[in-house]
Amino acid sequence: MTSARRSIAIGVLLLVAALVPLVAGDYYVNLLSQMMIAALLAASLNLLVGYAGLTSLGHASFLGVAAYSSAWLNLHSGLGPLASAPLALLGTLLVAAVFGWIALRASGLGFLMLTLALSQVLWGLAYRWVGVTEGDNGLRGLTRPQPLGLDLDSAAAFYWMALLVVTIALGLIALLVRSPFGAALRGTRDQPRRMSALGYDVWLIRWLTFVMAGFWAGVAGVLYIWYHQYIHPSSLSLQASAEVLLAVIAGGAGTLAGPVVGAVVVVFLKNFVSSYVERWNMLLGIVFLLIVLFLPEGLVPGVKRLLTRLRSGALRP
Amino acid sequence: MATDALQISAIDVLYGDSHILHEVSLSLREGTVLGLLGRNGAGKTTSINAIIGFLPPRAGAILLHGERIDHRTPEAIARLGVGLVPQGRRIFPSLSVRDNLLVAANARGQSPRWQLPSVYELFPRLRERERQLGGLLSGGEQQMLAIGRALMGNPRMLLLDEPSEGLAPLIVTELGHTIARLKAEGLSIVLVEQNLTLALGLADDVVILNTGRVVHQGPAAALRSSDAVITQHLGVV
Repeated sequence: MTSARRSIAIGVLLLVAALVPLVAGDYYVNLLSQMMIAALLAASLNLLVGYAGLTSLGHASFLGVAAYSSAWLNLHSGLGPLASAPLALLGTLLVAAVFGWIALRASGLGFLMLTLALSQVLWGLAYRWVGVTEGDNGLRGLTRPQPLGLDLDSAAAFYWMALLVVTIALGLIALLVRSPFGAALRGTRDQPRRMSALGYDVWLIRWLTFVMAGFWAGVAGVLYIWYHQYIHPSSLSLQASAEVLLAVIAGGAGTLAGPVVGAVVVVFLKNFVSSYVERWNMLLGIVFLLIVLFLPEGLVPGVKRLLTRLRSGALRP
Repeated sequence: MATDALQISAIDVLYGDSHILHEVSLSLREGTVLGLLGRNGAGKTTSINAIIGFLPPRAGAILLHGERIDHRTPEAIARLGVGLVPQGRRIFPSLSVRDNLLVAANARGQSPRWQLPSVYELFPRLRERERQLGGLLSGGEQQMLAIGRALMGNPRMLLLDEPSEGLAPLIVTELGHTIARLKAEGLSIVLVEQNLTLALGLADDVVILNTGRVVHQGPAAALRSSDAVITQHLGVV
């Protein structure tokens, strides 16, 4: 697809997305809001998994840190939800900087285990530090912000706000991966020794990427707390981190659209299908299995490959 | 006396407990080509890895234009002006040809000699394929890209590790012309080669390694007429 056609397609998609609340009921609008938050979280993890080649199993931590700190500030410091957000993001940045410094002492499986261990520390804190997090009860009694006097309590208003924030965030992530820094990042994934021999500090590139991934997960965390107005330790559990990793891999790591599609599939199965099927986790497992078996590169690149083969007439029955 | 572009003094290099290079010494004069020859496993690539900083020597010294570099990191050595064309090319398969080149330029900023247009002028085929992914190029094109990528960093010294490996004879001839042109421009080059014709045709000086030791060192012209040395150390005539 040429860049002009791609821009038109994105424009049409955004226009259709903006019109959805005018025709769809609140349930579906809320479902789409959740999908957008999950898509941003997945896109942030994709910076690590897809572009840096670093598989993290603790990425939900950053969503949790941002959501918890935003909620705590909102409840205890007298700051409104909007004023709490930048402080929460700053806190998330600092946590990501420290976690990245620790986790990037290893790569491959070691990196994955370190991210898992660090996220478990935070999960444990969320459960046990009852004085701050209220443990298993979670933090409640929160409100949504009212930017410029706009009331975000309605499903449609929140949806439009989330659409705006997520579109900007995804646009900035797209700019990053297409920038010279993005090319260098992919270079460190493909040939780290070669990047060193070209004068790059591979560790620094990975660390900066880790911090940026943490930041965007934090933005997803702020949207998450605004949407749910409640936070529980399960939001930064191993299962939450595994789900977002699943979304990235299922959709297609290392592509811009892949994690968005993967997140949509996971949220759909988790929220919509679970209304009809009790064991939605099993269904998610089967769907993931089918994707790995038949489209191992992920849904977006896999479907693209099949379409290319169809167009060239090479697909045999 | 002018400082050598590269001077290696009695380095010992080990892979774990395996002693690979034993007191290897050699020097590369400014603006010349040094042919680093030897059979498989002689220690040629290990020498390159020691120069670029992947395998710091346990003993001895490596000097680049008189400055010690043997305990610097690979990125620091690269920033001092050492360009590497690694064995097997090792281009970035998921980046376009253009991005493969720009990544190398970004490392050390803009410089007047080697930029995209000048690399495209040296390798017109890369311009034709600039939007293609690196992994989809032919072997010869990948070698051009690997050399172009090293040049984009505007090195003072170029390390070429078996650049003719796996290439068709016609492409090897083209490659020889390119290296000769770079030499004529004053670039100092260490050329690791198994292709003796190519290496002796380009080199000013030659060092032959055997099981990690220097067994012959001298002008290339002398080696060209010395079948006995070639047979003894390289096993070919």
